[in-house]
Amino acid sequence: MSSQQPAFELDLENADRAILQLSGTWDLDQQTPAFNQLLEELQQHQPRQIVCEAEQLAEWDSSLMAFLLQCHNYCASAGIELQTNALPEGARTLLGLSTAVGTHQRPAESGRSLWQTLNPVAKLNRVADNLEGSLGFLGELTLATLRLLRGKANIRRADFRNFLYQAGPDALPIITLTSFLMGMILAYLGAAQLAQFGAQIYVADLVTIGMLREMGALMTAVVMAGRTGAAYAAQLGTMQTREEIDAIVTLGISPMEFLVLPRFIALVLIMPLLCLYADLVGILGGGLVALGMGVSLTQFVNQAQEVLSFTHLNVGLFKSTVFGILIAIAGCRAGMNCGRSSAAVGQAATEAVVTSIVYIIIADAVFNIMFQQMGI
Amino acid sequence: MSDTQAHIQIKNLTMAYGSLLIQQGLTFDVNRGEVFIIMGGSGCGKSTLLKHMIGLSPPAAGEILYAGESFQAMDPEGQFRLRRNWGITYQSGGLFSAMTLAENTALPLQQYTKLGGAEIADIIAYKLALVGLGGYQDYYPSEISGGMQKRASLARAIALDPDILFFDEPSAGLDPISSQLLDELIVEMKESLGATVVIVTHELASIFAIATNSVFLDAETKTMIDYGDPTQLVHSSEHEKVRRFLARGKTPIEVAQ
Repeated sequence: MSSQQPAFELDLENADRAILQLSGTWDLDQQTPAFNQLLEELQQHQPRQIVCEAEQLAEWDSSLMAFLLQCHNYCASAGIELQTNALPEGARTLLGLSTAVGTHQRPAESGRSLWQTLNPVAKLNRVADNLEGSLGFLGELTLATLRLLRGKANIRRADFRNFLYQAGPDALPIITLTSFLMGMILAYLGAAQLAQFGAQIYVADLVTIGMLREMGALMTAVVMAGRTGAAYAAQLGTMQTREEIDAIVTLGISPMEFLVLPRFIALVLIMPLLCLYADLVGILGGGLVALGMGVSLTQFVNQAQEVLSFTHLNVGLFKSTVFGILIAIAGCRAGMNCGRSSAAVGQAATEAVVTSIVYIIIADAVFNIMFQQMGI
Repeated sequence: MSDTQAHIQIKNLTMAYGSLLIQQGLTFDVNRGEVFIIMGGSGCGKSTLLKHMIGLSPPAAGEILYAGESFQAMDPEGQFRLRRNWGITYQSGGLFSAMTLAENTALPLQQYTKLGGAEIADIIAYKLALVGLGGYQDYYPSEISGGMQKRASLARAIALDPDILFFDEPSAGLDPISSQLLDELIVEMKESLGATVVIVTHELASIFAIATNSVFLDAETKTMIDYGDPTQLVHSSEHEKVRRFLARGKTPIEVAQ
């Protein structure tokens, strides 16, 4: 008796009244009849009243209940009377519970069609909103910085030291690795082309100028966006979900000064230093590759010294400072605007990284065009 | 009591998130020295009302007056002055996870007073001892239990001897004993500080143990449907919903038995 096939049968007693015979063991572990089969029969015969019979029913569990609930809902919508008196008492109770509160109809929200998802205008609007928000954030940040300069801002020294350390020394290993490899990549790239003209020596120019003006600042910025920008967003986002930011506001403390400002200043101070370090390590990496290509170290250093200028260095340092500002704004803003769930913290971190990298690339392009026009 | 003038007045308050209406037409007074409970079913806007009362969310309409002054209409200095006299604990504690309990408790003292480090340390030691956390100064919030976090956030809330104490679900997630201890602590704080206490909760045990006045928010009609002492409301409320809520779904006669 225990493992009979679960089944149902719809017997038409007369045109209006049908008997629903349930039988067998209804068990989640095995295949049970789908409601659609019953639905077809119901639609075909269109009875006015259904009487459930369960004499043949052995054991049952939620599979039967799910079936019955669908049956109940259909009957309710089609105006069919469903008699459940013959069902086991437990099943009747459960059905009563599951139907006690009506099914919630989510307020009609215009479904997002593929077009809406891909709509470039909406996307552009979002970017514009984002940009506007970031500008507003920059404004508030500027005011907070001014208050700091007047000695009125509320900022904890211990926090600030911590952020300096996290953004600086903590980042050195990864910056060392990426910029060393970046220097090598530049050298390989250049050497292959320059060797065609027998001009391998100019690898030194390429690596030096490339690292100083561009790659040192850019690589540092990308690494820091993923590292520190995301960390800022996650830290502030978690504080938002844990009501810590509410607590700060109600203590009469400006979260802008207390939370954002130390992070911002730490990153902006550290970025040019990291960039300088990345430049050096990158040039070292390039020199190593050049050594393998038959350019001696002395030649490399001499050649590099010739093109080395403060202009190139300053261009890179300027860029990295601006990148630091952009990363701090994108990261802190994503964190401060974070929603109140753990999923929102993840979104904030993602948004921080994506926004800062987009900002960095756009800013870099603008600077390069600008410097080209200005002849720097 | 003779000085039962209204400490907080809510006048025709409407709360909304954008176009989503939470509650409307809220009008009630919280008198000085009361333990005032904001109650209602889950999702009716209790915590939102508290957020409005502590000035975190601006009202969509209506106003909230503290001793006759509107928080929203004040300049930042006035708001700062008003907030100095509030102690707030949050549903999830709201302790700063990156700071030790001592640093957490010190923050309002550093913010609002000109005390030196040693004096602040003394006060912190006293406040933490008061909530039964003496010696826990150097612990981080993540290193102590949930009940201890609630008490630590109470210590921070009472750091400045506030006039008004706001609690958002103080006993949520606590076992009955800890929650009873916290209730007793709240009442003792109130007595000794002479403060007004506003609590958002739906813990019946707490409500009956400490409340002197309350407001009941209804999620369906989106407004308050009753106001008064819950020990009376459970018998005499005109609304069956309120009586059932306070009697855990039973009729008062069943409660009496």
